[in-house]
Amino acid sequence: MVNIIEMPEITSPTIANQPAPSPEPGVERAMIEIEDVDFSYGTHQVLHDVSLSVPARAVTAFIGPSGCGKTTLLRCLNRMNDLIDGAQITKGSIRIEGTDINASSVDVVDLRRRVGMVFQKSNPFPKSIYDNVAYGLRIAGVTKRSLIDEAVEKSLRSAALWEEVKDRLHVSGYGLSGGQQQRLCIARALAVEPEIVLMDEPCSALDPIATAKVEELIRQLKEQYTIVIVTHNMQQAGRCSDRTAFFYLGRLIEVDDTAKIFSNPGQRQTEEYITGRFG
Amino acid sequence: MIAVTSKSRRSRRIESAIFWVLRLATYFILACATYIFLDIGIKGGRTVFTTTPPFINVPFLTEPPQTLYVFDYEGKTLTLSDRQFREWKTTHADVEVNPSSVAYSAGGIWPCIVGTALLVIGSMALALLIGISSAIYLSEYSRNGRMIRLVRIAILNLAGVPSIVFGLFGFGLFVIFFGWNVSLIAGWFTLGLMVLPAIITASEESLRAVPQGLREGSLALGASKWQTIRKNVLPYAMPGILTSSILGIARVAGETAPIMFTAAYAMKDEMPWQVARWTDFFFQGVMALPYHIYVVSSKIPQNEYTERVQYGGAFVFLFLVMLIALTSIVLRERSRSRLSW
Repeated sequence: MVNIIEMPEITSPTIANQPAPSPEPGVERAMIEIEDVDFSYGTHQVLHDVSLSVPARAVTAFIGPSGCGKTTLLRCLNRMNDLIDGAQITKGSIRIEGTDINASSVDVVDLRRRVGMVFQKSNPFPKSIYDNVAYGLRIAGVTKRSLIDEAVEKSLRSAALWEEVKDRLHVSGYGLSGGQQQRLCIARALAVEPEIVLMDEPCSALDPIATAKVEELIRQLKEQYTIVIVTHNMQQAGRCSDRTAFFYLGRLIEVDDTAKIFSNPGQRQTEEYITGRFG
Repeated sequence: MIAVTSKSRRSRRIESAIFWVLRLATYFILACATYIFLDIGIKGGRTVFTTTPPFINVPFLTEPPQTLYVFDYEGKTLTLSDRQFREWKTTHADVEVNPSSVAYSAGGIWPCIVGTALLVIGSMALALLIGISSAIYLSEYSRNGRMIRLVRIAILNLAGVPSIVFGLFGFGLFVIFFGWNVSLIAGWFTLGLMVLPAIITASEESLRAVPQGLREGSLALGASKWQTIRKNVLPYAMPGILTSSILGIARVAGETAPIMFTAAYAMKDEMPWQVARWTDFFFQGVMALPYHIYVVSSKIPQNEYTERVQYGGAFVFLFLVMLIALTSIVLRERSRSRLSW
């Protein structure tokens, strides 16, 4: 069912923190390796034996119908599911640059600083635009005003928002339009300089113009960041991702280069979903 | 079907009877409220307001209670307060009068206002500290288990305990066992405990009203749990917590039973700040408005001269409680419009 070639497990401590050789064809340097993961909310199992590699400095899209577990898997990558009672990985491991992120020695706060997240519903804080972007830095203990100023401008520029808000940095983030709010949330995530950015249906509440802006942004960001994006919108996956993983009923059906998935999928279910026959 | 049968006439009668029962029940409330407010407003207004500028009876608000002396002199009935009577005596040293005295019915209620204010401030500070802390624990940290269910049952039970039982509890624990005697601090703890369930419930509600997205957004940026709560949850829950708690103030200010054994004196000559050492401040009893009204209404012989302070006290008391409630409503409306998601 899962078209991943089994590779010998490489977890010996001497190279634990080295990028592991890719277990998946088509992935030159894996940033995240998900291996045989089962995940349950209480007794309800939502992920079954998922194995997947996410390449560094590329965009990986998770697609699939609602309830297929793609968001759950995404939230595993920065341990956001820790917040949910009874939710846990029951089997398998997730490694980021070779480190098992669920190991007891891993500081979850540090993990989340390295693995940023943008949520489905844009959630700016009820603060000024400036304070929104500065939040992560201040939390991390940065107090020097000039450093924060610099980082705020840089992040807003990276999120293609600077020109629109540079004259009103100190007004509330709630005053922005939906698309601007989402780009503000992206800027906020970028400000703490993560290595990986997770995006959970970042455009689901946006109009086509705002969506186009965010997608353009995603294509630019992969120069510097490893991006994982969950999307309902297959055209979106096609437009901005390099690799696409198709999930169905908690199982990874197929993962491959986006071009191949959309032109010549290996599995019948993938083809049916992509051509719109179900989902 | 168009002809009106006797059955449908009967059912119509029932309909209108029910309608009138329900309507009268509602009007009954209105009548009671009107009566209470008018009665206290008119009778108390006579004490609190005056016909000459500044139209408010300032001495009633700023003087301690005094004994009222009533006696006949040269064909007139004189009603003099304790101090006035002694002054009168100095000028009429040779006159022999036989005054009847009415306790607490002259002077004002200043020490009671001060005492109630002190009780409210202390007990609310205590209750907010403990209440907000435990609400944060319950809504942000705890996971549902048997222990937490037990805690919630305890909170519900605490809310249902009659206030006189709190009074007895405070008397037994703080006054006797801890040896604090009848004191401000014993009253603070007793009143604080009494209002705790309301504060915890209000705080939990306000905390839960803060969208989960703000917590997740903060945690995803590498904030620790406490940083998230302190910077991104509590500030937005605080207006709700405080406005809901103002209603707790009205309760704390209004209860008589919890303080009658623990903190209230019927009469005290010194003001609370007139203490020998600063530590004595906490271990002194105080006068309090509700208790004072209770004392002047039931502990002294009633006659035409006692009404003045009874209704005057009730009027001031009602006014203060209404002021607090009004503040709460205004603050709530304002914070609602400011923080909307």
